[in-house]
Amino acid sequence: MSKQLRLFLKSLLDSVRDLAPIAVVIAFFQLVVLHQPIPDLADLLFGSVLVILGLTFFVRGLEMGLFPIGERLAYDFARKGSLPWLMVFAFALGFGTTVAEPALIAVADEAAQIAAEGGVIDNQREARDDYANGLRYTVAVSVGFAIMLGVLRIIRGWPIQWLIIGGYIGVVIMTAFAPEEIVGIAYDSGGVTTSTITVPLVTALGVGLASSIEGRNPMVDGFGLIAFASLTPMIFVMGYGMLLQ
Amino acid sequence: MSLGHFAATIAQTVLDVLPIAAIIFGFQFLVIRKPIPQLRQVLTGFAYVLLGLVLFLQGLDQALFPLGKLMAQQLTDPTFIYGPLAGERPPVHWADYLWVYLFAAAIGFSTTIAEPSLIAVAIKAAAVSGGAISVWGLRIAVANGVAIGIALGTFRIVTGTPLHYYIIAGYIVVILQTLVAPKLIIALAYDSGGVTTSTVTVPLVTALGLGLAGTVPGRSVLLDGFGLIAFASLFPMMTVMSYAQVAEWRTRDRSSRKARSTERGD
Repeated sequence: MSKQLRLFLKSLLDSVRDLAPIAVVIAFFQLVVLHQPIPDLADLLFGSVLVILGLTFFVRGLEMGLFPIGERLAYDFARKGSLPWLMVFAFALGFGTTVAEPALIAVADEAAQIAAEGGVIDNQREARDDYANGLRYTVAVSVGFAIMLGVLRIIRGWPIQWLIIGGYIGVVIMTAFAPEEIVGIAYDSGGVTTSTITVPLVTALGVGLASSIEGRNPMVDGFGLIAFASLTPMIFVMGYGMLLQ
Repeated sequence: MSLGHFAATIAQTVLDVLPIAAIIFGFQFLVIRKPIPQLRQVLTGFAYVLLGLVLFLQGLDQALFPLGKLMAQQLTDPTFIYGPLAGERPPVHWADYLWVYLFAAAIGFSTTIAEPSLIAVAIKAAAVSGGAISVWGLRIAVANGVAIGIALGTFRIVTGTPLHYYIIAGYIVVILQTLVAPKLIIALAYDSGGVTTSTVTVPLVTALGLGLAGTVPGRSVLLDGFGLIAFASLFPMMTVMSYAQVAEWRTRDRSSRKARSTERGD
């Protein structure tokens, strides 16, 4: 038990170190640059304790739960050798983790607002909700597709750079045709889709797959799923904007 | 702390984890049809992740976000930039916003260091590479990328230059770097673009972008307020590839020096 405790204390210290830079930046700008006192110091300290505890539990939980199960699933799928099921799983994982993502919901609502103000859709609640939901499902489908494509790449051993560079060219071409208001949102939507739980899980899945398939290198082939998940939403969102134009 | 808000955070996090748990356990039981080894440990791990995220988000909401957003507003406020007596506003000059760029870089760097998903990827990368890519090396490389990206992104908002010029130029640099960077790093570098922007970074950076676009004369919140996240996802790819490149040069340098000294026999 004392070993457990020591481990916990050590990861607690790690979390303190992880968060120290933010504290320094905020204190410096608040006190030195803005010449303002720090408001609600007690609240701030209590919140920081919560953040530190939270990060500690999260990292412990990663190593105990998310990493092992992601790898286990990858290993079992590789042994089962059923490509269709693996594809279904990859799509479900990408779609399921994205469709309820709060950051995405916020961005979709924002985009609907812009579209309404730009006169693309009626500025009414119903029309805006339709637009936002359509966008949300578009992004979720695009992430499902991305994880599927990424898994297929790992299995086949395709070099990642050709697919990603191809995707970039797609983004550049779409930018030329997409309505101007959607471009900023589309570019941002690539970043918001990958949540804190999805990233470790998908990484473990990729690395696990690459380790259990002969001829694949976990370093070269195992990473890259997140990259696909950040790229396809840009293309799909611009496409959505063009369709409704 | 209001209990209602805390309950809302719990509900939101559970809602976030639920579909993921359903997919994983569903496929495990229906398709793979094998029991999960060490089920108790895995479930405890899930509980820890859940608890950790709830505390983390609650703490951020309570401490960091209000203050960070307030600071973003204060720093972009014209009275801070031009002084309280500036009645007639001079035309916007990009150099007036120096503190904003510095704040953008500093907050980008520090929030990235605290980003849980980056910690996860760095742990995995260090394990897979056998320590060739260190946890802190990767995290600092990514944080530098985010710092450069967000500082440049705020510069873009102040000057009002089109977003896609920067992004397309960035893509060209990434493609050129891909041609020369060590093969091992490429996939990881591409990934690091996506992982940097989640729980901690996005709300603060968004507040900074919208605050800036709202106060700089001639900028529209709708057209110019977005795009900082895109910058924050693009630049880490470059810094991570540079990090690997430099690491490779160093080892090559060291091994060639070693080879030379053995030749000379000392």
